[in-house]
Amino acid sequence: MFYTVSDLIKQSQDYPSVAELMIATEMENTSRTREQIFALMERNLEAMEGSVKQGVAGVKSVTGLTGGDAKKMDEYIKKGDFLSGQPILEAARNAVAVNEVNAKMGLICATPTAGSAGVLAGVLMAVRDRLNMSHEDQVNFLFTAGAFGLAIANNSSIAGAEGGCQAEVGSASAMAAASLVIAKGGTAEQAGYAIAMTLQNLMGLICDPVAGLVEIPCVKRNAMGSSQAMISADMALAGVTNVIPVDEVVETMHRVGQQLPSMFKETAEGGLAVSPTALRLKKEIFDEKE
Amino acid sequence: MGELRFNSVFDIIGPVMVGPSSSHTAGAARIGKVVHDIFGEKPEKITIDLYESFAKTYRGHGTDVAIVAGLLGMKPDDPRLADSLKIAYEDGIKVAFVPKSDKVDHPNTTKITMIKGDHKLTVTGISIGGGNIQISEINGFKISLSMGTPTYITVHQDVAGMITKVTQAFTKRNINIGTMTVTRESKGEKAIMIIEVDDKQDQKEILKELRSLKYMDNVTFFE
Repeated sequence: MFYTVSDLIKQSQDYPSVAELMIATEMENTSRTREQIFALMERNLEAMEGSVKQGVAGVKSVTGLTGGDAKKMDEYIKKGDFLSGQPILEAARNAVAVNEVNAKMGLICATPTAGSAGVLAGVLMAVRDRLNMSHEDQVNFLFTAGAFGLAIANNSSIAGAEGGCQAEVGSASAMAAASLVIAKGGTAEQAGYAIAMTLQNLMGLICDPVAGLVEIPCVKRNAMGSSQAMISADMALAGVTNVIPVDEVVETMHRVGQQLPSMFKETAEGGLAVSPTALRLKKEIFDEKE
Repeated sequence: MGELRFNSVFDIIGPVMVGPSSSHTAGAARIGKVVHDIFGEKPEKITIDLYESFAKTYRGHGTDVAIVAGLLGMKPDDPRLADSLKIAYEDGIKVAFVPKSDKVDHPNTTKITMIKGDHKLTVTGISIGGGNIQISEINGFKISLSMGTPTYITVHQDVAGMITKVTQAFTKRNINIGTMTVTRESKGEKAIMIIEVDDKQDQKEILKELRSLKYMDNVTFFE
């Protein structure tokens, strides 16, 4: 088992890939066979594909607060006239799609949580054809993300209630960035830099869900997490490094998370959740249905 | 390095679940599924008491829908989960939700009562986060059942010798019983055994053996 990101990078040198190290570690920890482990991950991939497809086609959440934005973005992309670039826009569209499906009680794969489920699925579905990834490559993309995610989770947090949104969308974005680097042929070390840059950029992000629901701002935060992942990966692949070592950045995120007041940690007592509009929406949604 | 909080890649990638919340939706469905498995038959009437956070936000998070889905036997990733209230209604099952203002130990608590004729079961479950759950009470008896330990639950007639017959199934396979709780509705009626074991080996054979016992109504396995 690996304990930190640098530990993971070091141990992965003894294996053909980070994904292989993750599978070997999982076999050791759970006594499951390689085939069982691979099949479980295939099921996760299948759920991700389904949620992206469903969300892009257009959905509406249970409360009506979110939904339909992935469809709008899809139509915008199809017109071919945009500011940023197609892969990053598709990643953001996919991420929005997954979290819109989550908010309408559709089927998603939590990565690492339900509220941040769009990021990893979003970037994978945006790059898999461009990088000619086989089915196996895609499953391995998830093992790679899970490996880096474990190293982050065990030294920080992946729950908004514990560390704010930086712990959820931040961790998801960092995991996605690392997997993107590896999928594009980068090294595990470069993946580490991508994680450091991502967490550094999302440091301090609060969790402030309007009406306590996993909708506003969660859906759009997933778009941000997926785009930051793409940028961090490209920067790392360009040879950009980071002055603060990755594990120190992870520890810093943990410390910042502990220092955040509880009003910014999934209690819906701070941030956007107490804006006048949020308070009005909360009243409308819950009073009307009581 | 102390004990790690996360050991499996599937703690990070997964579970596959119906949204929107791992604690208020996936965990709620898991509680329902446990109650469904213990009850072992289609109920006529279900009463679901909700406490604290569950009572305040159950509709927004789909906690109500998720619990009923579990009670119908669905897992947290069942695509029919969102339609559970409709499915229960069409199946003729009466469902009542009762938000309670009583203080309880954990914010995400529900007490579920299932009734069919004279058969009645009351279970209290809590959702502790990340889709993980605990069962804290069955038929008024305080217990502590954490999903994660291999656990057998038997429902049987309250007759002499049942405990011996059930424990023999484990003894002869050299499986150690960690904790065991025996409760009953009233003398001579339905009794329940909750058996936590150290090893999940031979699970299928044990279930088969226990289910074939005379006076045994239902046996379920959780982990």
